Amino acid sequence: MKTVARGVHETDPLGTRPLGIRERWMLGVGSIVALLAVWQLATGLGWINPVLLPSPVEIARAFFASAMDGTLIRNVGASLARVVQGFVLAFVIAVPLGIAMGLSRTIGGLFDPILELLRPIPPIAVIPLAILWFGIGEFSKVWIIAYGAFFPILLNTMAGFREVERAHVRAAQALGANRYQIFRDVVLRSALPFVIVGARLGMSMAFIVLVAAELIASSSGLGFMISDARYKFRTDEMFLGMACIGALGFGLNALLRATERRLLRWKSG
Amino acid sequence: MSRTHASSITVQEASVRYGSREVLTRVSLDVRVGEFVCLLGPSGCGKTTLLNAIAGFIPVSDGRITVDGVEVGGPGADRGMVFQEYALFPWFTVEQNVVYGPKLRGASRQELRRLADHYLTLVKLDKYGHCYPNQLSGGQRQRVALARALANQPKILLMDEPFGALDAMTRETLQQELLDLWQADRRTCIFVTHSVGEAAFLAETIVVLKAQPGRIDTVIQNTNPRPRDRTSDAYFAMYRKIDAALREEHEPLRQSVPA
Repeated sequence: MKTVARGVHETDPLGTRPLGIRERWMLGVGSIVALLAVWQLATGLGWINPVLLPSPVEIARAFFASAMDGTLIRNVGASLARVVQGFVLAFVIAVPLGIAMGLSRTIGGLFDPILELLRPIPPIAVIPLAILWFGIGEFSKVWIIAYGAFFPILLNTMAGFREVERAHVRAAQALGANRYQIFRDVVLRSALPFVIVGARLGMSMAFIVLVAAELIASSSGLGFMISDARYKFRTDEMFLGMACIGALGFGLNALLRATERRLLRWKSG
Repeated sequence: MSRTHASSITVQEASVRYGSREVLTRVSLDVRVGEFVCLLGPSGCGKTTLLNAIAGFIPVSDGRITVDGVEVGGPGADRGMVFQEYALFPWFTVEQNVVYGPKLRGASRQELRRLADHYLTLVKLDKYGHCYPNQLSGGQRQRVALARALANQPKILLMDEPFGALDAMTRETLQQELLDLWQADRRTCIFVTHSVGEAAFLAETIVVLKAQPGRIDTVIQNTNPRPRDRTSDAYFAMYRKIDAALREEHEPLRQSVPA
């Protein structure tokens, strides 16, 4: 019998070997650098009208300019404050309601139909109503963001508290746990992953709604920055605003992911 | 380890109904202190229902179940439970799982440490205390579940097909380990299974249940001496006896080869 040498064919017949951390970093950084280089080249050589698509260097210049005169930090601060306030407002209402709806069939049955009616309405569709009700002040925007973040958090929390495994509850009972201890050590613990998923989905929804609200009615924030730059025909500032929104969203999502990893260490075995 | 207190169980004319469907009909059973009983039968015979009723997870519709003369009114720490699907708390470490019961009753840190060490050593998992359950194999998880039940010092150990999801080799190892533990402190054990071989190997008393409606059909005493040899004539004789009781009137053609 012929012995087969340990090679590509034996261990990785489909060429799907997972990449190492270094390889992934190199590929990732490489692709971004390549994109920026092509972009810079395309606008620098005049293939694309730089008024419509400014070069990366132009955008960097806009970044330094607005960072120096304080407008960038003010806009980022305004957007961040709104998104955090709206998110927190949604969270403190959606989580208790979700717990109640998940644990009690009566409360669940009471609110379920209302929820199903409201859920398909995109939060962006309620912006005109919010302006009519609350004006164009801060509360109006916070309310719209809260409305957007509310449903993902509520639905996932509810699902989490509904899907507690009976065997876990029984195991705790047979070990002598009382109702409070079962809630603390079993129900809450097993629902937590769902609540965190809801929070992450709620946060990304809050972002979408934030930008929409700021585009329509605002005098500060990253959405305003983009829309204001359009009137001034400053595409570099538009791109800067978009990049900041991306970075802010990435940062907040990373924060929630870190929280998730801390709280759910048991999941990654 | 010193002998712990065990309990006796009496089931008197107990029935369990779900709606209008009777899943367990007028079951009577006496389990002595320190006895090892297997509940054996086809699916739908109500063996798990009977176990759950003794555990206090489901109420009886008629009749009564008493433990040491006291009527069962709900689950309690005197009756430890081991589930087929392990039911370990995945958010706790192995050690936190094992000492969960004692911790609820406010045992000191040193006491919890001692209990964790003792019971994890007993199930040969003393190096796994800081792991999470999802890092363990099926056999290891069931060992943790057994340690968790034992660390709570129950007077009765209730087991619902605990080794049903394991491969044959692991199952035999765990059967032996369970017997060693039982012989060390003689807790009362009720063990649900659908395996004839498992019942013949483990039990002193085999309660054969039949379905439609779920009821006790036969009770077989297994006096084979321990340690039992799975290749001995006495074992095969017991196997055939249980198998015959199980198949009676359902399938006249009997197989006599153990699975």
